[in-house]
Amino acid sequence: MSTWEPVIGLEIHVQLKTRTKMFCRCRVGFGAEENSQTCPVCLGFPGALPVPNRTAIEWVVKLGLALGCEIAERAVFARKNYFYPDLSKGYQISQYDLPSCVNGNMIVSLAEGQHEIGIVRAHLEEDAAKNVHVGGRTGRIGGAEYTLVDYNRGGTPLVEIVTAPDLHSAEEAKRFLQLLRQTIVELGISDAEMEKGTLRVDANVSVRPAGSEVLRTRSEIKNMNSFTHIARGIDAEVARQIEVWESGGEVEQHTYDFDVGSGALTARRTKEEADDYRYFPEPDLAPVEPPAELVDRLRFELPELPAARIARVMKKLDHDRALVLVTGGLDRLWEATVAAGADGVAASNVIANQLVASGARPGAVDPTELAKLVDARERIPRATFAEALGKIGDHGFSAEPYLAMESVSDTSELEPIVDAVIAANSAQVEQYRGGKEGLLGFFVGQVMKETKGRADPRVVNELVRARLAP
Amino acid sequence: MAISRDQVLYVAKLARLELGEDELERLTSELGAILDAVSKVSELDLADVPPTSHPLAVVNAWAADEPRDSLPLEDVVRNAPAVEGRMFRVPPTT
Repeated sequence: MSTWEPVIGLEIHVQLKTRTKMFCRCRVGFGAEENSQTCPVCLGFPGALPVPNRTAIEWVVKLGLALGCEIAERAVFARKNYFYPDLSKGYQISQYDLPSCVNGNMIVSLAEGQHEIGIVRAHLEEDAAKNVHVGGRTGRIGGAEYTLVDYNRGGTPLVEIVTAPDLHSAEEAKRFLQLLRQTIVELGISDAEMEKGTLRVDANVSVRPAGSEVLRTRSEIKNMNSFTHIARGIDAEVARQIEVWESGGEVEQHTYDFDVGSGALTARRTKEEADDYRYFPEPDLAPVEPPAELVDRLRFELPELPAARIARVMKKLDHDRALVLVTGGLDRLWEATVAAGADGVAASNVIANQLVASGARPGAVDPTELAKLVDARERIPRATFAEALGKIGDHGFSAEPYLAMESVSDTSELEPIVDAVIAANSAQVEQYRGGKEGLLGFFVGQVMKETKGRADPRVVNELVRARLAP
Repeated sequence: MAISRDQVLYVAKLARLELGEDELERLTSELGAILDAVSKVSELDLADVPPTSHPLAVVNAWAADEPRDSLPLEDVVRNAPAVEGRMFRVPPTT
């Protein structure tokens, strides 16, 4: 049996968080009353004329720069014609043969090294409206009696990012997406939240014998609503295709929906005819030629990007920890904490686990105080440590009172307390000696209570055991 | 004729239009006349002329990202054949 290599390309749609729509000045936003954010332009009334959103155009350039793209000196909007009620005009305006950004890349760090993922293009377009299918199986198209349309979302600025088929595992696709998402969020151009639909991902998947350079027929998976589901969907489709090839069959080009509940892939009905969008340049919109000084300014304003920061953090930490810190927006706090004297691995564990769980806002944490706590974490009682982390985001937080609560592990201090507990619980002592060894925890608990949690439980354990030995 | 009957049927299908026999005939002839008129352009030697996507020599006609009032609902749905609540009601789509 030969081994197979998955070949994966992604198409990512990102809703920009501009205040207004792509081609009209209706507000963009979640949760408004149906059709309350609409106007002649986004409703496709005859004669209405689109005017592009300058901020959206700047943001796609900004994203393109962050993805190492060439910024087109001339980008042109086109009409993509198709007939569906989520599209009021009968066409979607989208950049087509002259997109704003082409030929970029993003470096994904993996345990086995760094891998460059090509970005084919990033272009601007407008989102479609929201259809609600009513009757039959509610919410589904099949068997619906009629459809209701809310055009509030119609016309929201979208960026579509297309990767080269450079990803070779579901895990790699997931890491790429985590990095891309963090980049987008840090640029401040989108919330990029899959569960809200402001980030949507379709995956093109094929497999080929390892070592082959030929691309085989691919299928497309849609409707995956979290990075974990994307990875599961890709894995399922890869397994399916390998089975088809190995049983002597042929993979056909299909689009699948991933069912979150069952983990199954359902083929969409094959269209009788291939999509025919009859693209042509949008005559109502002038070309976009971003001035060089604008592009230079946007380039200058770029923050240090997640991919670069991961590479830097990896000089001190393993890849997994680096990825968690950077994609969680925690790496700057980690760096400052390490600079204040904390151990790198310990600081990373505390920040990525306990600090996040405590709900403290990383930006509000004083790294010097955090470094003190990280350093003392094994010397102070666990409950005290957790309490300190719960308050570390408070204004003016000081670690000192918590550090003063260092655990008592000095046996000479603990022995009298252990003896007093044993003396006060003679009935339990008898039961214990009679074989009920589970009572050990009871004695330890009593000692912890007497010391208000400050005793080192390991030391207490040993002391109690020794004292109770017959 | 610059466009065939089958091409007209195909375009009508993409636009979800059902055409009667007389409509089909009329549209084939009208679309043919339009295409003939436009094809006059190809009589020119345009080898050195870059394609235009817009009739005017303007670029970067854009607007600031500042909200303006949207349309009141009564105007939004004024011409809608069917409305349910605040939504447009349309036939089920396949």
